[in-house]
Amino acid sequence: MDVSQYLEIFIDETKEHLQTLSDQLMILEQEPENMDTINEIFRAAHSLKGMAGTMGYKRMQRLTHDMENVFQEIRSGNMTVKPELVDVLFRGLDALEGYLANILESSDEGTEDNEEIINTLNGIADAATGKVKEEPEKSVSEDVPKESGAAKYENIQISDYEKNTFDKAKAQNENIFGITVYLHETCILKVARAFLVFKALEELGEVIKSVPDIQDIEDEKFDLDFSLVYFTKESMEKVKAAVENVSEVDEVVIGPFDTSDNSESKTESTSEPEPIKKEAESEKAVKQTPAKPAAAQAVAKPAQAKQQAAKKQAKPAVGRTVRVDIEKLDVLMNLVSELIIAKNGLVSINSAEGESKNDAAAFNEQIEYLESVTTNLHESVMKVRMVPIESVVSRFPRMIRDLSKKLGKKMELHMTGEETELDRTVIDEIGDPLQHLLRNSADHGLESNEERIALGKEEVGNIYLDAYQDGNNVNIEVRDDGAGINIEKVRNKAIEKGTLTAEQADHMSDKEIIDLLFRPSFSTAEQVTDVSGRGVGLDVVKTKIEGLGGNIECKTVIGEGSSFIIRLPLTLAIIQALMVELGPEKYAIPLGSIETIEDVLVTDIKSVQTKEVINLRGTVIPLIRLDQILDIKAGNDDVDILTVVIVKKGDRLAGLVVDNLIGQQEIVIKSIGSYINCSKMIGGATILGDGEIALILEVNALV
Amino acid sequence: MEDIQGVHNFGIAEGKQYIVVCLGTEQYGIDIKYVDNIVRNQRITRVPKAQHYFKGVINLRGEIIPVMSLRLKFGLAPDEFTNATRIIIIKLEPQSAIGIIVDEVKEVVTLDSGSIDKANTSDPSDPLVQYLSGVGKHSNGLISLLNISAVIVGREGRDVV
Repeated sequence: MDVSQYLEIFIDETKEHLQTLSDQLMILEQEPENMDTINEIFRAAHSLKGMAGTMGYKRMQRLTHDMENVFQEIRSGNMTVKPELVDVLFRGLDALEGYLANILESSDEGTEDNEEIINTLNGIADAATGKVKEEPEKSVSEDVPKESGAAKYENIQISDYEKNTFDKAKAQNENIFGITVYLHETCILKVARAFLVFKALEELGEVIKSVPDIQDIEDEKFDLDFSLVYFTKESMEKVKAAVENVSEVDEVVIGPFDTSDNSESKTESTSEPEPIKKEAESEKAVKQTPAKPAAAQAVAKPAQAKQQAAKKQAKPAVGRTVRVDIEKLDVLMNLVSELIIAKNGLVSINSAEGESKNDAAAFNEQIEYLESVTTNLHESVMKVRMVPIESVVSRFPRMIRDLSKKLGKKMELHMTGEETELDRTVIDEIGDPLQHLLRNSADHGLESNEERIALGKEEVGNIYLDAYQDGNNVNIEVRDDGAGINIEKVRNKAIEKGTLTAEQADHMSDKEIIDLLFRPSFSTAEQVTDVSGRGVGLDVVKTKIEGLGGNIECKTVIGEGSSFIIRLPLTLAIIQALMVELGPEKYAIPLGSIETIEDVLVTDIKSVQTKEVINLRGTVIPLIRLDQILDIKAGNDDVDILTVVIVKKGDRLAGLVVDNLIGQQEIVIKSIGSYINCSKMIGGATILGDGEIALILEVNALV
Repeated sequence: MEDIQGVHNFGIAEGKQYIVVCLGTEQYGIDIKYVDNIVRNQRITRVPKAQHYFKGVINLRGEIIPVMSLRLKFGLAPDEFTNATRIIIIKLEPQSAIGIIVDEVKEVVTLDSGSIDKANTSDPSDPLVQYLSGVGKHSNGLISLLNISAVIVGREGRDVV
């Protein structure tokens, strides 16, 4: 048995609890008297402590334990919530997150003790209660209901063979104890805990027999208690302490195992000998004291044995998991059954060939059925991969709170659309860029409180994080009502830095100037804080988002604030696309980026600065001759009417000239591999129904 | 399609097995452990703006595989597709396959280390030398043994001229 198999559960649950803690602490800061919140925090801290203990993360356990103590005091009314306390608790939370990060990486919590936080916490608790340090620890244990359990080990039956080993043990001057361990009734990972009890005991001596036997315990075939016969040279107290150190052990009943009594009265009825056995030799000596139920005690002493045991199971990085609603799985299951039915339908048509006349009709019907099933199946599988964006953004209120304190600016974060769902792979990657943008807004976007008052704005700065679905995209908007970006300054800076010539800069639109901020050369803090205070690593943000198949855009109004809009594709692997023909070749244009399709008279094409444009209902749209940029041997040049696919990137439009439209199709995006030096214009390839390959055009790179 | 994966089974304990292919009159050997499959020529979809020696991509049972012309890479005359033309699917890594177009696949030979001469890598007059790992001697003449990873990821040779 091995606790590492519980590591994933541990990590998932720890994340949830940490999030609860963080959320509730935020509330607590606003409403220090809120008893529900305090209880919630207490529960989360308590669960964390238990879980950390189970997994053998000693430092984590200790820290949560002390946090829990403080809340115990608050709960019992011995102290009130003060801002300093919340600060310390937040630091404690950060430390816990640090542990978790370490565990994620190496399945080891690391060696940081965070003594300072612990001492501060204890100091606060002590000051509030006027008690000595040990006492809060005791108070914790009191909230766990305890009853004295029966010494069930007295009922363990011993075979002749085992009795023999007992004699040998006695002869070796070892103590023989009977131990009954009661687990806490809310305990989830009973097996893990039992395992840790065994592990702890085996450090000190030898478990001779257990009821139920080890196999059953491993299979979780036991209630909340199990009993053991145990050989050790250690004292009863030490053994007891070791077992009690395993968290969620409710009670340990230990006493000398009366071999003579048990063996004589019950030997006959026992089964075959236990496999776990070791030879012991020499003299005999058995301590004879009556078995007494042990009193409940706090779990406080360090148990090195257990900790080491868990640590040995080190396993690198944890696989990524998605929690799936069982209903979604049911839907999938149903669809798969339908798929099989559809397949059977086709098989039966095939085998009935020639017999019926309406073959073709039946065949078509089946194909349509199959099509609807596969579409639904695709949708459902995508849904399984979808995770609400909440899991990423929920940490931001906390971050803004900290930034607000650190920068000495009052600000508030308003979030909407946290329930918007995105693919898991996107969710995993999007956190950092968003954090970056929020920091930028808080640090550079918002003016100081004094400036705001002077400008007639409300004192508290506002930062908005809005997520919403827009067609095939999910948009995430990071907005602030701060100073905005001074475009002229950026322009001048760009000229000064030699990024642009003055002439170039004059010709560039404001939008193009803002785009400069996303250039790597504009990315270091020093270069940009002078200009507008923006641009720290914006190029990194851009790269990351483009890597996810999305794009980012910035809008700004001086004096009113700026907003960064991130557009991300809803799905990654399968998309709806328009198939077009260019000469002899076929290309796919993702439907999500297509606005309209127009027929344009060649005579309507105008030339502006040597670029071809068309005027479409009042909008001037540049034309892109796909055959030219893709080096396709021109088909027929002498046409009067061009088919133009109008595509958009953000609010920029462009017209792609194609030879022929084939139609809309659901395509599976495939990579064309890393060997081939593929241009950015090609976003991948897909296989068509006839086995032919069509390349997918990356509209974002074309426009 | 010819599938020659079974070749592994009649391997001989010592020596390495090479697939002998032809480009024009020259024979080249490809270490069999990199060869995933050999397929007949099939429809190749051109990829715009790719390196000139990449003819494009093919669909091999639902997998999209880039195909490179060994002739163009080596700076020889462009391929003429005949009935004997084959695409050798190479897998350097499990997840990324690449196809190599050759004029003809002749046979599988086993060469022990004694019959392989080290390529003279210091000879600057022959830019192809960077793609070779040695020269094998066999009853049918000399076989230039390809250093397959250099061929796939290496820079272009003679065609720089």
